[in-house]
Amino acid sequence: MKKTIRMSKEIIRLFIKKDFQQAKIKLKRLFVGVKFTDGILYNILVYALLLSFGYVYLYPILYMVTNSFMTMEDIIDPGIKWIPSTFNIENYRLVFVQLNYFKSLLDAFYLAAFPAISATVSSAIIGYGFARYDFPFKKILFALMLMTFIVPPQITMLPMFRMFSRYQLLGSIKAFVFPAILGQGLNGALFILIFYQFFRMIPKALDESAQLDGATPFKVFTRIYLPLAIPSIVIVFLFSFVWYYNETYLSGLYLRGSDLLSLPLKLDQYISNYTSIYPEGSRARELMQAVKLAGNVMTLLPLLIIYFFTQKQFVESIDRTGITGE
Amino acid sequence: MVDKLKNILEKMKLVLEKVKYALTHNFVFRKTALYWIFFSFLKVKITNKRRQSIIGLSFILLWIVGYLIFALYPMFYSLYLSFFKVRLDGASIQMTFEGINNFKAAFLYDPYFVQILVGYILEIVINVPITIVFALIIALLINQPIKGKGIWRTIFFLPVIIISGPVIQELMNQGATTLPSIREYEIIRLVLNNINPTLATPLQSLFDTILLVLWFAGIQILIFLAGLQKIDREVYEASMVDGAGPWASFWKITLPSIKPLIVVSIIYTVVSMSVFSLNEVIIYIRNVMLGESTVGTLTTGYGYSAALSWLYFIVMVVIILIFVGLMSIRKRSRL
Repeated sequence: MKKTIRMSKEIIRLFIKKDFQQAKIKLKRLFVGVKFTDGILYNILVYALLLSFGYVYLYPILYMVTNSFMTMEDIIDPGIKWIPSTFNIENYRLVFVQLNYFKSLLDAFYLAAFPAISATVSSAIIGYGFARYDFPFKKILFALMLMTFIVPPQITMLPMFRMFSRYQLLGSIKAFVFPAILGQGLNGALFILIFYQFFRMIPKALDESAQLDGATPFKVFTRIYLPLAIPSIVIVFLFSFVWYYNETYLSGLYLRGSDLLSLPLKLDQYISNYTSIYPEGSRARELMQAVKLAGNVMTLLPLLIIYFFTQKQFVESIDRTGITGE
Repeated sequence: MVDKLKNILEKMKLVLEKVKYALTHNFVFRKTALYWIFFSFLKVKITNKRRQSIIGLSFILLWIVGYLIFALYPMFYSLYLSFFKVRLDGASIQMTFEGINNFKAAFLYDPYFVQILVGYILEIVINVPITIVFALIIALLINQPIKGKGIWRTIFFLPVIIISGPVIQELMNQGATTLPSIREYEIIRLVLNNINPTLATPLQSLFDTILLVLWFAGIQILIFLAGLQKIDREVYEASMVDGAGPWASFWKITLPSIKPLIVVSIIYTVVSMSVFSLNEVIIYIRNVMLGESTVGTLTTGYGYSAALSWLYFIVMVVIILIFVGLMSIRKRSRL
């Protein structure tokens, strides 16, 4: 920035001195730069693209937040698009009371946290086994592990639904914890891969000395490797938590008709109950849009708060997953 | 209190040691320094390599059990079911063998499935390259020396947190994913009105879905970003000395070095789009399974939905293979 200002001052001085030859060269230098990537034109292009992409990414969130504050009149009024005429928190109050927000949130956290913890523990153990030891058929098993990522849930969902109903696991959190604890939770393969890459990076000499001191393999794992893997543990837990929190497809099936519902599902249920009371096209239905958006904002709010505190872990995560080659 | 607990633990330890001894010194299994002896005559020499593989397998055991129960068994069971007509009568199920009738019905009698599947294929074929290109552009942009790097990264990675079925559904219903303001720009309207309609229609639908497509690019951006940062700076400097501009160095250095990542991103994109809970095929399969959409006698229930899921899986794998194949063909001809 300072450089640009200095250069423009110099150019203006050259113009005043009527040294057009020099000014032209300097002007070109200013806009195009020495190697194009350091000129003003290039920078304008980069920031314009960033801003427009940023707008596209933030648009739905802005839309959701502003519209959730609108009253019925604001929604119907075509003149009001972004800024509500009054700061109206009635929609939020409605959702808060109707959804029994704190209890629902607690339920949702319970539903997301336990499977996420089990998935983290199991994938750490499994990833360690794959990374540190050689055993027959290791490559085949590893390939099978990666393949589970591609298999769509529809294929396994059906028999699992029957299995769970036979052992009376439907409608309880066990339907999510059991697969997670055996390394088959949501995106389990990805998490195992993250730990696999991490444990492979640590030099083997570290545990050899511990083994000489008589530590069992499991002790080597828990005392030496796990403390080193804390960044990976945090990443895996966060991802797993977010994915379980947002999960609606499987939980809609396994938790059907039980009191225990994830927050997105509960909101869905409440909205559909509420809308069916009012006839199509009535004004109350129009208002429901704003209420729905308020509900969505409140569903996402905990995640957004978590994200803003931990965004560094999220953003740096891919470096550690090792899917970037090697 | 604490002393009592310690006492109990002490006693437990003695008992556990006895149990451990009994487990390793009995008729069925005996453990000596060098051998494991089963039934007193089957001697297995324990080499270091064997010990390592046993320990390794016991770490993996958790996964093997999970794979058998929650992946392999359900896969085979649903494949088996797909050849039957399954009817649930309370607790008992009646199965009648149908051969490949379920698969035939999907193509011949089902009025929706083929249509939905074709729609899905078109969507994937169009959206995956767009996602990859945009993810690459955004990754390249963030990789520039720009101000406020952290803020930009935070914004572009936001969708990974938010992308959840009901929320997206809601935004879609309210038209918040179509970016109405793009079409309000005069230039774009002018372009859309003046070009050939065969070209304008896909362009228009691109504008309508671009937001959703971009929202799928969160993880891919990070994959590319990590890849870009691993490219050696010196390679760029050397090419600059040889007179390569930014354009040339992108095509000759950047793109070839992140090619493997493009394949990874393609697979990730196809999978995440295919298992996304608002995907029409997925919703249809679930409705068939729960008997919520009934067409005729055959085209409903567990058996038929199992057949549909397998067809869907096969289509998905074929799409992935085609994409990956295309990537590797281009690589060979360039070299």
